[in-house]
Amino acid sequence: MTTLAELNSTPGKKAAWWVADIAVVIYALIPVIWTISLSLKTPGNINDGKYLPTGGMSFESYQAIFKDTVFTRALINSIGICLISTAIALLLGVFAAYAIARLDFPGKKLMIMMSLLVAMFPQIALITPLFKIETAIGIFDTWPGLIIPYVTFALPLAIYTLSAFFREIPWELEKAAKMDGATPFQAFKDVIAPLALPGVFTTAILVFISCWNDFLYALSLTSTSAARTVPAAMSYFTGATTYEVPVGPITAAAVVITIPVLVLVLLFQRRIVAGLTNGAVKG
Amino acid sequence: MAEIELDHVVKRYPDGALAVQDFNLTIADKEFIILVGPSGCGKSTTLNMVAGLEDITQGELRIDGKVMNTVAPKDRDIAMVFQSYALYPHMTVAENMGFPLRLAKVDKATIRQKVEEAAEMLELTQHLDRKPSNLSGGQRQRVAMGRAIVRSPKAFLMDEPLSNLDAKLRVQMRTQVSRIQKTLGTTTLYVTHDQTEAMTLGDRVVVMRAGIIQQVGAPQELYDAPKNIFVAGFIGSPSMNFLPAQINGGQVTTALGTVDLPDELRRAVESRGGGGEVIIGIRPEHFEIGRLKEGVPGGRFNATFDIVESMGSDIFAYFTLSGSGAKSKELEELAADTGQESLGGDGIQVGVRLDPEARVSDGSTAELWYDTSKLHIFDLKSGENLTHEVAKASSAASTVDGPGARNASAAAASAAVGDGGADTAGADPLRKD
Repeated sequence: MTTLAELNSTPGKKAAWWVADIAVVIYALIPVIWTISLSLKTPGNINDGKYLPTGGMSFESYQAIFKDTVFTRALINSIGICLISTAIALLLGVFAAYAIARLDFPGKKLMIMMSLLVAMFPQIALITPLFKIETAIGIFDTWPGLIIPYVTFALPLAIYTLSAFFREIPWELEKAAKMDGATPFQAFKDVIAPLALPGVFTTAILVFISCWNDFLYALSLTSTSAARTVPAAMSYFTGATTYEVPVGPITAAAVVITIPVLVLVLLFQRRIVAGLTNGAVKG
Repeated sequence: MAEIELDHVVKRYPDGALAVQDFNLTIADKEFIILVGPSGCGKSTTLNMVAGLEDITQGELRIDGKVMNTVAPKDRDIAMVFQSYALYPHMTVAENMGFPLRLAKVDKATIRQKVEEAAEMLELTQHLDRKPSNLSGGQRQRVAMGRAIVRSPKAFLMDEPLSNLDAKLRVQMRTQVSRIQKTLGTTTLYVTHDQTEAMTLGDRVVVMRAGIIQQVGAPQELYDAPKNIFVAGFIGSPSMNFLPAQINGGQVTTALGTVDLPDELRRAVESRGGGGEVIIGIRPEHFEIGRLKEGVPGGRFNATFDIVESMGSDIFAYFTLSGSGAKSKELEELAADTGQESLGGDGIQVGVRLDPEARVSDGSTAELWYDTSKLHIFDLKSGENLTHEVAKASSAASTVDGPGARNASAAAASAAVGDGGADTAGADPLRKD
């Protein structure tokens, strides 16, 4: 937020921003730290009511979840299903967004409205019909059974974000490519797509996270560990007795599944270089 | 190398707006044509139609005799330089310049060789590995030129290529553009709103207004013999002075007094059925300080100067005459284009160019002389130049090599326009003080 910083450059205002920033960060981090703390506590200390694992740390919970194939299998399912869904949503989204941003075609407005409609539809209302359809065509409790709904709900998001990025790219670059002898596809491939990469990465992260965090479909459209993803698998964790909530393993699993998302964001963040289009046109 | 023909070309937008009306022009092989006019006159639209970026509503575009109306831009073999340069930001300078060749599937060694040749010509050799974002405006502009040059297209189209440069760089690049065009001998269509560029660069200039060609001719011809009040006001810097006038039996009465019209002009006006209320136009250089023109026939009057600008080689002096200025739709449009509309005020602003010998200063009064034989007389209603033929004849007589000869006209143009360096001073070339 350089612009904000520039606008509020007086020391007093700067300090105010610092305080606000720190408050937000603390507010957001308290549950995260708590989760990590719980995952590191020994089973006996779980209910000691302390915020930090002062009563001794242990990696017992982590060892427990990785010993169990239910979790590792779910992790593989999660990674596979989310990567494939993201790839498909991006591929379709890039083409659709380009068409919406750049071309005039009949039914364009209708298409935008339809995709908005998909995004607005309450997902829970679709669970029963989707369950019926999937059992009928035999993709219930399979990877495609989750990938298809994930792509469907990720596409509106992908199209919206990507078309905003495509609109930012100077129209003249495409004209220049045309004059330089490019076919429309070449212009897209060699000029527009490389420039839209930051947008593609941003969208990829958003789509991946939305799939990764999904609980509703993962729970309803799977029945075994064949396709069950981590969020759903976690809900089936069992404690030592029926009446014990397995707090340790659940928090440990939660920490573990946060790591891929963190890695992904850190990796792609470096590619989201602001101002990649600098120098294209005057300025 | 190609001849480009625009045959009754019309551009009408879907909303009914007519951007270009009945455009007829044949651009000879190797010719440098300038399309000039105020913003919104349809010059860029015309260029885009030649490029193929916009559809032609009616009429025919032929390149080397082949109809090009429906040919895709990539198959027209025309290169274009955009106002914004439109460089590919993710490619280096070398990749930018080589892009058209890469698309044409030229082998890598040839691409390198051609890019290096072009880079040398444009003094970009040491920048070949840099990205456009690290280049200055002038360098970016040259890369854009380079991208156009490398594949030796049939024609160059340039859409205000220099308008994003600062005044000094613009003058430098202007000569470079001219030199490149001469060296390569490629047919060029160049769009600008800057009349100085139009005067100095082109073999022929096309002045457009509201989608209609006003006049086509060599720069000097446009300057000496404008066909109408619009061209007269547009070409020339500082621009022509316009005064409302009354013609009565061989005499013309203006705020400068009453003088006898030279016979040639009187006959020209009479033969066109003119007379009565008219607008007369006088170029600033056709005024002179009275004592330097002792005994020379012409009009004389006393003026008190508001502002005197000494340029060393010339003096620009401005004074105000009482009365109301010449009113015409065309003049208002010109004023609006240069942002001068609000400066109307009372009285008529007159700008004159004097010999440095004049030795006048702010607030001083002196007798001024003006050359009545160089008057332009415009019809009040149509804005047409009633004395066009006379001016044309004298223009042709004074241009030794005949109109169209580049050296003669360019030299004359720079004499007429590049006077005190109105451009280098950073002034708006159309400034009307």
